[in-house]
Amino acid sequence: MTTYLKMDAPQPRHLDETAQGVLGAPQDRPEGPLKVSGRAVYAAEHELDNMADGFLVRATISKGRVVRIDEASVKAMPGVLAVISDERFLRNPAQGGAGAAPVQGAAEVAYFGQPIAVVVAETFEQARHAARSLKVEYAVEEADVDPETASKVDTPDRRQLDQGDIAAAMGDAPHAVDVTYTTPVQSSAPMEPHASIAEWDGDRLILRGSYQMLKFNRAELADSLGISAQNVRILSPYVGGGFGSKLGIAPEAVAASIAAQELGRPVRVVMARQQVFEGTMRRSETRQRIRLAADTEGRLTALGQEDRVSNLVGESFSEPTAQATHFLYGGENRRFKQEVARVNRTCAGSVRAPGEAVGMLALECAMDELAEAAGLDPIELRKRNIPDLHPESGIQYSARSLAACLDEGARRFGWSERSPEPGQRREGEWLIGLGMATAARANVLSEAQARVTLHPDGTALVETDMTDIGTGTYAVLRQLVAEMLGLPSEKVEARLGDTDLPPGPGSGGSWGASSSGSAAFLACRGIRQMLATKLGCTADELRLQDGTATGGNLRAPLADLLTDGPMVEEGHLVPGTTAKEFSQASYGAHFAEVAVNATTGETRVRRMLGVFAAGRILNEKTARSQCQGGMVWGIGAALTEEIAHDPRDGHIVNRDLAEYHVPVNLDVPQIEVAFLDERDDAACPIQSKGIGELGISGAGAAVVNAIYNACGVRVREYPATLDKVLAGLPAL
Amino acid sequence: MRPFDYIRADAPATATKEAGAGARYIAGGTNLLDLMKLEVMTPERLVDITRLDLRDVERTPEGGLKIGALVTNSDLAAHPDVRRDYPVLSRALLSGATGQLRNKATAGGNLLQRTRCYYFYDPAQPCNKRDPGSGCGAIGGFNRIHAILGASEHCIATHPSDMAVAMRALDAEIEVEGADGAGRRIPIADLHRLPSDTPQDETTLAPGDLITAVILPPPAKNTFQAYRKVRDRASYAFALVSVACVLRMDGDRIGGVALAFGGLAHKPWRDPEVEATLTGESPSDDLFDKAADTLLREAQGQGGNDFKIPLARRTLKAVLREATQTEAAA
Repeated sequence: MTTYLKMDAPQPRHLDETAQGVLGAPQDRPEGPLKVSGRAVYAAEHELDNMADGFLVRATISKGRVVRIDEASVKAMPGVLAVISDERFLRNPAQGGAGAAPVQGAAEVAYFGQPIAVVVAETFEQARHAARSLKVEYAVEEADVDPETASKVDTPDRRQLDQGDIAAAMGDAPHAVDVTYTTPVQSSAPMEPHASIAEWDGDRLILRGSYQMLKFNRAELADSLGISAQNVRILSPYVGGGFGSKLGIAPEAVAASIAAQELGRPVRVVMARQQVFEGTMRRSETRQRIRLAADTEGRLTALGQEDRVSNLVGESFSEPTAQATHFLYGGENRRFKQEVARVNRTCAGSVRAPGEAVGMLALECAMDELAEAAGLDPIELRKRNIPDLHPESGIQYSARSLAACLDEGARRFGWSERSPEPGQRREGEWLIGLGMATAARANVLSEAQARVTLHPDGTALVETDMTDIGTGTYAVLRQLVAEMLGLPSEKVEARLGDTDLPPGPGSGGSWGASSSGSAAFLACRGIRQMLATKLGCTADELRLQDGTATGGNLRAPLADLLTDGPMVEEGHLVPGTTAKEFSQASYGAHFAEVAVNATTGETRVRRMLGVFAAGRILNEKTARSQCQGGMVWGIGAALTEEIAHDPRDGHIVNRDLAEYHVPVNLDVPQIEVAFLDERDDAACPIQSKGIGELGISGAGAAVVNAIYNACGVRVREYPATLDKVLAGLPAL
Repeated sequence: MRPFDYIRADAPATATKEAGAGARYIAGGTNLLDLMKLEVMTPERLVDITRLDLRDVERTPEGGLKIGALVTNSDLAAHPDVRRDYPVLSRALLSGATGQLRNKATAGGNLLQRTRCYYFYDPAQPCNKRDPGSGCGAIGGFNRIHAILGASEHCIATHPSDMAVAMRALDAEIEVEGADGAGRRIPIADLHRLPSDTPQDETTLAPGDLITAVILPPPAKNTFQAYRKVRDRASYAFALVSVACVLRMDGDRIGGVALAFGGLAHKPWRDPEVEATLTGESPSDDLFDKAADTLLREAQGQGGNDFKIPLARRTLKAVLREATQTEAAA
């Protein structure tokens, strides 16, 4: 049977009544030992009989057409089996949640590095060498590679909003800032490169891949190949990081599938690191004009965010730059605009916290600038502008602990010791400064199904095609089921990442834990009802703990209630009207202390604190890791991360981890994370909200605000590399 | 990766005999293997020299140090004699790469690192160093990490080594065994070349030449030694500017100074005129500015790397202030 819930009303807090006491505990990941000892088998690590290796061939033009692929130039090379270029090839990965094939066709080239063919050989090295040697003729067309000068610019309706009169409000206000910030292209650069192994059994395809949202990926792969989704099975039990780059089916999966079918043997296609940079989703660069005006009390009267982002022709995705700005602060006169420049660059898509990750870098620095202009503490300015109702739609907010996060963070960090005047603290060559920023990330729930089986031996199994991309899904689902069924966590197994299992929401948009957790919760509710019936009490009276059921003066070991065999229930959660009736988001506050070198402009982060509230915390340890990881990316966004494009042909210049600078251990100080206790009844039946993208949202702005406080240099062009800081430092 | 022959040498003489044209020696392989995977380097033959007996660090009769070519960067940085007598070298080594890489990388190989120029690394881009005559993609391209001194219209790449910069300041000599079996010593100043119109020729070594050791002269007494590396992140990033400094005070004057720079040129950069400007003078900010003026008199930015000019000046001044314990002018 199925226990179904549509989220049309706030839900009671059943999980505050359960007895096991494991939910929320900082438990280890059950699959952790497998991962750290190399026994968790990732997509590319499967060794199938008679498997061949394919290597994608990259286009070396920015725009045009493939006229001829000279297969003969490589066919005679050792080990080479085939050179395949097929009209079903993908130009770029599918956007997250597309559920259908992206733009297809290998002949039209839209960006430098686009996969145009796959060379298959007996070994990876042979395939790579042949791919590198393949001669390709192109008809080159003139490309638009610079978003600032692109000839085609769209203005999507959903990204335009005018409310009141922002120009008049700016003119009238005693305090106003009108500033432009830019953020660069970033890459997800997951540790595990994108990889697929395709294996056909008749007309049925099994794909071992590294993907985030299997329900959609299955549909995308089937659609790309022109086959029924019933004939596609995708396995992704372990994913070595995704950050959005594995949301949609990608060129390597389709190439492997076509090659495997053509050759009649399994084919593996692994992207080299350089191809991950060139061929998977990038985070769009942004140029953002922020306008803020405040009255004498520091209350916003105007708020504007107008941005330009970019993407390939034909892609509907555009970076939702202002996503959090809409709901975060008040201000009657508002203006939002977006321009999408159509450029011949790698496809832009969702990268961890699309919208907030870049939009808040600009907004939260501009708020810092306004605080200074208004002579207000940056925290006070923010607290004065927390709106009662959504400033555009007028709807109410669900649980929102922003003010409490700001206050708790200030207390823990020692914010009162900060001098509002920049450049006041020096230790040798180093100038020390403190900065803060708000964290906010819109909360989303996604349709989810899960199946829970309770066995007579006191063990349970939870199954869904949900993925764990390093986020802790295995741990969280296990804990949730253990809590609901009154079992120690070790008695529960989570089985994930297989499209033969009930379809989950996938990992994306921070909805995974709440959505799949809610589905598992609902399944457990169904089982609890069955157990109550067996025991002879009501479901409300039922108490489950350590394998024993009690209720209505009755008590029984679970085994006694399962004499008919295992109990099986599916949970099915569907988002409902609470998504529209409540403005839902996770909130927090970031604090950073930096040291800026007065000689060189180098910045080192000395400590960071994040205080967050995201509804019920399901596992304090994995939640903390998510927030820390996001804050580390905040350091990268603030200081180092930038995809560089050649100004002439737009190709990505820094295509490896030596030159694309993610923070390394020495860049990352002790990061403190604290959670405030919160329940969000409007979010989902387990009262949790998204957390995976909260940590990055605003984090970089706290660092850059701290740089200003340290040395008085306001960098408005992310990342704040030393040359930009240096330009504002006094002569030595 | 292109197929290649692999030969393991058991003595320097067999190594040089096996290493003809188209061959490369391999030791740590921390740079060569990456470049082979990308087919930026496509040797037909690899001569593995890791079994050679070149792993010792020993005192020379003159009181200097002879560093076997296969001594790893980690071992060299940690060697007590190096730490005591040549701290600039130890610090330069430890500022480079990562612990894992330093455990594999060798002294000889480090000297022969290839540039990190993005265009060199991408076979689809023009690069006179990788593909002579194809042009220089970095000129007019993205050139944040490129040279401001000694570059040419054919190549603006920089040498990426930290170790070599310190060795340049220490006046090291490179011991080489030629294909004919004859040994010779090359001053490090003469090992690396400027790009000129043949950027593919990065050193003065002949095909088959095998670096067997690096010789450091006897340590200078009572010197201040420092290696200051400025980079885009705290670790695992190549120098934007680095300064190796060995300075001796003579009373309140600078008695002698050696300054070598990384990140500025196609080779570890040393300019005798800079040192002449400083030697015998009383340290002051004015003097340091004069030294920086001299260093940068022909500096030329390429757009993306213009910041290296003020950065080199500031870094040099800070190092000299520290070396001479000079307070900043008010």
